[in-house]
Amino acid sequence: MEFGFTTAAYVVAAVLFIQSLGGLSGQESAKRAVWYGIVGMALAVAATLYGPGAGNWLISLVMIAVGGAIGWYVAQKVQMTEMPQLVAAMHSLVGLAAVFIGYNTHIELVVVQGMDAAAQEAATGFAATLVHKLHDPMATALISILRVETFLGVFIGAVTFTGSVIAFGKLAGKVDGKAKKLPGGHALNAGAAIISLVLLVVYLQTGSTLALLVMTLAALFIGYHLIMGIGGADMPVVVSMLNSYSGWAAAAIGFSLSNDLLIVVGALVGSSGAILSYIMCKAMNRSFVSVILGGFGGTTGPAMEVTGEQIAIDAEGVAAALNDADSVIIIPGYGMAVAQAQQSVSELTRKLRAKGKTVRFAIHPVAGRLPGHMNVLLAEAKVPYDIVLEMDEINDDFPTTDVAIVIGSNDIVNPAAQEDPNSPIAGMPVLECWKAKQVFVSKRGQGTGYSGIENPLFFKENTRMFYGDAKKSIDALLPMIE
Amino acid sequence: MKIGAPREVFEGENRVAMTPDSATQLVKLGHTCVIESGAGAKAGFSDAAYAAAGVTVLPDAKAVFDAADVVVKVRGPEAAEAALLKSGQTLISFFWPAQNADLLKQVADAGATVVAMDMVPRISRAQKMDALSSMANIAGYRAVIEAGNNFGRFFTGQVTAAGKVPPAKVLIVGAGVAGLAAIGTSVSLGAIVNAFDVRPEVAEQIESMGANFVFLEFEASELPDGAATGGYAAPSSPAFAAKQLAKFRELAPEMDIVITTALIPGRPAPKLWTEDMVKMMKPGSVIVDLAAERGGNCDLTVADQKIVTENGVTIVGYTDFPSRMAAQASTLYSTNIRHMLTDLTPKKDGVINHNMEDDVIRGATVAHAGAVTYPPPPPKIAAIAAAKPKEKVKELTPEEKRAKETAAFKAQTRNQIAMLLVGGGLILLAGLFAPASFMSHFIVFVLSVYVGVQVIWNVSHSLHTPLMAVTNAISSIIILGALMQIGSGNWLVVILAAASVFMAGINIFGGFMVTRRMLAMFQKS
Repeated sequence: MEFGFTTAAYVVAAVLFIQSLGGLSGQESAKRAVWYGIVGMALAVAATLYGPGAGNWLISLVMIAVGGAIGWYVAQKVQMTEMPQLVAAMHSLVGLAAVFIGYNTHIELVVVQGMDAAAQEAATGFAATLVHKLHDPMATALISILRVETFLGVFIGAVTFTGSVIAFGKLAGKVDGKAKKLPGGHALNAGAAIISLVLLVVYLQTGSTLALLVMTLAALFIGYHLIMGIGGADMPVVVSMLNSYSGWAAAAIGFSLSNDLLIVVGALVGSSGAILSYIMCKAMNRSFVSVILGGFGGTTGPAMEVTGEQIAIDAEGVAAALNDADSVIIIPGYGMAVAQAQQSVSELTRKLRAKGKTVRFAIHPVAGRLPGHMNVLLAEAKVPYDIVLEMDEINDDFPTTDVAIVIGSNDIVNPAAQEDPNSPIAGMPVLECWKAKQVFVSKRGQGTGYSGIENPLFFKENTRMFYGDAKKSIDALLPMIE
Repeated sequence: MKIGAPREVFEGENRVAMTPDSATQLVKLGHTCVIESGAGAKAGFSDAAYAAAGVTVLPDAKAVFDAADVVVKVRGPEAAEAALLKSGQTLISFFWPAQNADLLKQVADAGATVVAMDMVPRISRAQKMDALSSMANIAGYRAVIEAGNNFGRFFTGQVTAAGKVPPAKVLIVGAGVAGLAAIGTSVSLGAIVNAFDVRPEVAEQIESMGANFVFLEFEASELPDGAATGGYAAPSSPAFAAKQLAKFRELAPEMDIVITTALIPGRPAPKLWTEDMVKMMKPGSVIVDLAAERGGNCDLTVADQKIVTENGVTIVGYTDFPSRMAAQASTLYSTNIRHMLTDLTPKKDGVINHNMEDDVIRGATVAHAGAVTYPPPPPKIAAIAAAKPKEKVKELTPEEKRAKETAAFKAQTRNQIAMLLVGGGLILLAGLFAPASFMSHFIVFVLSVYVGVQVIWNVSHSLHTPLMAVTNAISSIIILGALMQIGSGNWLVVILAAASVFMAGINIFGGFMVTRRMLAMFQKS
């Protein structure tokens, strides 16, 4: 960083980025915060283009313009229910970019080391930075550290890339959502990780291109296999974990390029993703390790016997109950997103509220396939955010509620988590909707949720099953609410 | 196995333990069925109907006892019947083992197994064989019908051209299964129903059936310890008994129909409706005493009889309400029996597997393999599944609270110091080997992680998706790396860097755009 101006611009950008994340603490300040992010990014890019090391302005600008146009278009077109896929796809881009940049560093290093003294003097741009390092009194240590950083950047980037591609495929329904592993399971992952570690040592000693290439393949495999082994309900954790990885990759690259802004932002993103993963895991009462290792933890005994039967009800019955109710709580889940029922739910809410009834939404932290997925969908459908409450805020209110409507969620309302110590989800915090006077469950048919666990809620005396596609069911209700 | 049902010999007993329908179901379990000729006649099931269901009709009880491996009955065995039981045979019926200890000893000595339907544990899984409940349900219904039969007026209030009819006022004492059934029946007939029970927690059930719960109000001075009993005296206390009788005296003149169902397990029925209350009632009123068999809740009840007092109050003391609805009672009872046999025949292959490890079977079996097995050990499963130990929300004293806080604070301090020491140590170790320029970047890194953690914890839950989109957009800061390298002289580097710039470009614009779109949607009501 020869130019003080560039560094100054980076400082401002870093502050703007922190402001941008901090602003997300509230809906209103968030609208302002996103502008901080945009300005920060613009400033950082402009300063880099202006600063040392940059060249080929034309290519850079054209590439930014083309990429930006595509990003703009996709962002305008994407449906809110497709957010999880979009986010996963974007992570894969960051991962791949990190791999490329890491390779570039390696190539430049090889080139610079091969130069004679005169050529080294004449080197410009990024090469000059490297030359500078080579002539440092501690050159050996610096080069070793550079190699470790590059290696790490490529490794994390490659894992993020394939992992995100698979996550995208699963979320978009292009890859089977169930947890799948190749024979050998985690031994394969561990093997690939050990190979990578050995290659790190080799690369450190020799700077061999082959070692870097083989490690990239191993990392690509780990990313693929790791995410293939994680099933549908754990996807929110996977997405936020990949988010975290993309941040760490950026930080590692920042180290290898000696760029403080990259380090700062990478660390911000990395810790943000890590915290989100932690919050999601806590909401499912699972440890991060057990999510990563895939599948639900082994049960400790036979599941509690579920007695009783699932009693179905038609739209007239639900409408009558809603017309009589004073307070209603709606619990949306992934099923609502799948059926694109959020507009109908919003309309139902509007009608009920117009009649003076209290209508609220209860959102479980892991509802949907992305942290906060339900909030975004409901916001899209113009459900006011002040009636959309978190689990902890609303769980105590169920006993005083007349009607609870469960729309396309299953495990997050499963009483077995509290009642059956042998249940695979035992101890997971759940929405206690069964304490409401009446519960209606809108569901496509009899069957278990993603976790494959029987849900005793459906068999409770005050539960009625409202079978059918969520959107069609709610639409059928609408004319009957008066 | 052969299941046999003899005719009930008890005087006035009309029920039968096997119906053509239940026999059909038993055959599906792999059993064969026999029945004594005329056993179902009083309940409306003819021999021909049984024969049509594939049941072999035998001429007398002895033939049934000889042929059957399992004898099913309603009433417990008379001495003569007990003598017919042989070793290895199973009897399923009501038995009341506590009251019939001698008979039980005799049957056990004969080597027969006895499954007492009155001993079925009251757990969720065993509800389908809970014959006491199904019979109590019938008794409650029938009690209202008997009352109506002896009551000269409508239940429901009407305003007709011929004058106004007031609704009947009904008081149900005791809200067990029979009491609740009686409430439901009288409410559906249109009466105004009040109900009383010593357990204040059943108030909700009573009100759910459409009756008013008669609540006893206590002065604070009358309660030994107001907080401990939730504002309700213990039913055994003299204060409670006095209050209860006073309340009944207050209600007696108004009530047209009183149905009493109060029973205490293993004791004579409590006297709740005294002679003076009966005298206070209007002529034409009816009392139905469902506890007549155990001495009656009313002082004047005569078991098995209907009497009319001097002031014109009819007191019904029948003890055989279920038997008076023999067809319905037999259907329900035979279904209870059938469920018991289903549990006894787990493989549905017609072979009885008397599994004494099973809570329900163990609880109901009072004699097995030559020994008396009554009373059973406490069931392994708690009676009510939800009976988890209640979370004790104990009010901590200020000292305890302070001690707890101090302990928590100390633990937190310890953890933090430990983490700082370990983290600091690692960093110092790295500093020994790494050059200064690396360490300066490292400081930036560690501080950024720290700032990130502090900032992200405050992000509201509902904004997690926008947060991911925004972090996604700013993670494309990686574009800076590509921009720094794109000026290289190496063509491969230029291509890779250009591709990275391109991808990061998508991300920057896409990420920020989509975040803005999402945030614009959040709006207050």
